[in-house]
Amino acid sequence: MKYAFFPGCVSRGGCPELYPSAVSVCERLGLELEVMEGASCTGAGVLQEKNQKLGDTLNARTFAMAEAMGLPIMTICSTCQGAMSQAHKRLTDDPEYTAEINVALAEEGLEFKNTVVVKHLLWILVEDIGLENLKGYVTRPLSGMKVAPFYGCYIIRPTSALGFDEHPEREDSLERVIEILGADVVDFRGKTKCCGFPILTINEANSVAMVANHTMDAKDLGADAMVTPCPLCHLNLDGFQPAAAASKRTKIDLPILHLPQMVGLAMGMDPKSMGLNKHIISTGKLLTKVAVEA
Amino acid sequence: MEVTLKVKRFNPEAESKEPYFQEYSLEVEDYVTVLDALIKVREEVDGSLALRCSCRAAICGSCSMRVNGHAKLACNTKITDVAPTDRHVTVEPMGNLPVVKDLVSDMKPFWDRVRAVQPWLQPEGPEPEEEYIAPGEDMLHLTGVMSCIMCGACSSDCTVLEVDRNFLGPAALAKAYRFVGDPRDDADKDRLGKYSQYGGIWDCTRCMECVQVCPKGVAPMDRIMALRDKAMEAGFTNNNGARHTDAFSDLVKHSGRLDELRLPMRTFSMFDIQAMIGMIPVALRALRRGKAPSPFHKSIPGAENVRRIFNRAEREK
Repeated sequence: MKYAFFPGCVSRGGCPELYPSAVSVCERLGLELEVMEGASCTGAGVLQEKNQKLGDTLNARTFAMAEAMGLPIMTICSTCQGAMSQAHKRLTDDPEYTAEINVALAEEGLEFKNTVVVKHLLWILVEDIGLENLKGYVTRPLSGMKVAPFYGCYIIRPTSALGFDEHPEREDSLERVIEILGADVVDFRGKTKCCGFPILTINEANSVAMVANHTMDAKDLGADAMVTPCPLCHLNLDGFQPAAAASKRTKIDLPILHLPQMVGLAMGMDPKSMGLNKHIISTGKLLTKVAVEA
Repeated sequence: MEVTLKVKRFNPEAESKEPYFQEYSLEVEDYVTVLDALIKVREEVDGSLALRCSCRAAICGSCSMRVNGHAKLACNTKITDVAPTDRHVTVEPMGNLPVVKDLVSDMKPFWDRVRAVQPWLQPEGPEPEEEYIAPGEDMLHLTGVMSCIMCGACSSDCTVLEVDRNFLGPAALAKAYRFVGDPRDDADKDRLGKYSQYGGIWDCTRCMECVQVCPKGVAPMDRIMALRDKAMEAGFTNNNGARHTDAFSDLVKHSGRLDELRLPMRTFSMFDIQAMIGMIPVALRALRRGKAPSPFHKSIPGAENVRRIFNRAEREK
């Protein structure tokens, strides 16, 4: 299986541990990746506030590039996935709109033909590789580890843009992956809520309160770690957890894993090569739990 | 078919003020809604169960409650849709509101927020002899938002209201858009200024809970995004939200991808020393872990094509 790999901005910026861990996990799973170096930012919903058509044109450009490569797109960020899925829905729903956008793309010799498929690594694990196959790659089951899932808004809402009708299994895909790797799922209400990152620089108190609520709820339910397919959620849940703990005058210390890091751990991969030492909240204790040297 | 309703109960007059769950198993027809089943419980099993409903046809907006964790109108939610296999349905009162009893919420905070956006027409100039007339085509874009039945589902599941009761919330802000977008209203500038303040349009996280749960397709978050655009166009740009959007746009235009180092620096006002100082410990922690974004930001190959798309879109707008 081969994919046009759309890494997104954050996997090589604020979360530099995500990119290498995703690439090495895909390699181990036999997924061939061709990096889309020339693809732009998806707009992340922010650009779309000001000019939705501009955001849709940038995403149509990325789609057209993947179509020219003849490959489906793989994302590793809930926000990238959602921004692309929403743009894709608007384009496919309205051929006239697509035609207008294609005029802008033509200047670069590109055309969006509506043949592209855009999938997050999470969905690829469940739909393209299959959970039973994935289990075959597990050499170090995460037995005894209690993991709380945290999706990131854009990979679960709005369901109408994310193909949930054709793929109902997307609704609890993260829980299924946690289970197949041998860990226990810590189900909690916050798993589908907002991490607070989008308002971090606008209303930090609210943003940090969200981090506190989610991490403390998961911890209270016995979680050893939280896993997320979204690097933006990771930036807040990990990076601002010390601020969240301080605001509640308590300790939280809940390691936040990127999805590929959790998969890699279960496949026996080296924690350091997956950047597990690059988190703000130490993963040391967690690694001891699965008998891995940090 | 047999269904089991797990209902969150609360009685302010009981000795224990703690809410608790009570299960009711009952036989119902395959086509019934959650509301039908709840009414059957009240009428045939437990007359003490309190719930609010009226039209039973998704018009009045009275029966909003959480069904399996998400806000819905109980009257247009079929049991077979929410519990297709196990027929177990959890029912709770709406979130983000005080509970009067069982499934009945106190709507006062909701109405207070709606009132705060001044949801009435404020035209200027002399009153016309007859009605205010607006061309039909100018009102078309408001038909979606005018479908709102004020059921409160969006506010129940709003992730910002959960942490900050000062937020105006999705229903009130969608209503605000309804008046800003009305060609007969002349108070846009004043309205947009007020909505741009703390607790207004910029406090929304864009989590889309309101879009997902709205039973009428109002998409409140999309209206909040439209208000942001209108507020910026009207010149209300001296706030972190507007600066963040502008900086994000400029940075992506310049290099094709986000520059995470410059984005926060450009979001804070240059006079907001406190915010800048507040970021220092975060930056130091990131540096220590070797994960601070590089100060030498690289453009994507072909960034000039991205710039051309930006220029074209800006011209068109």
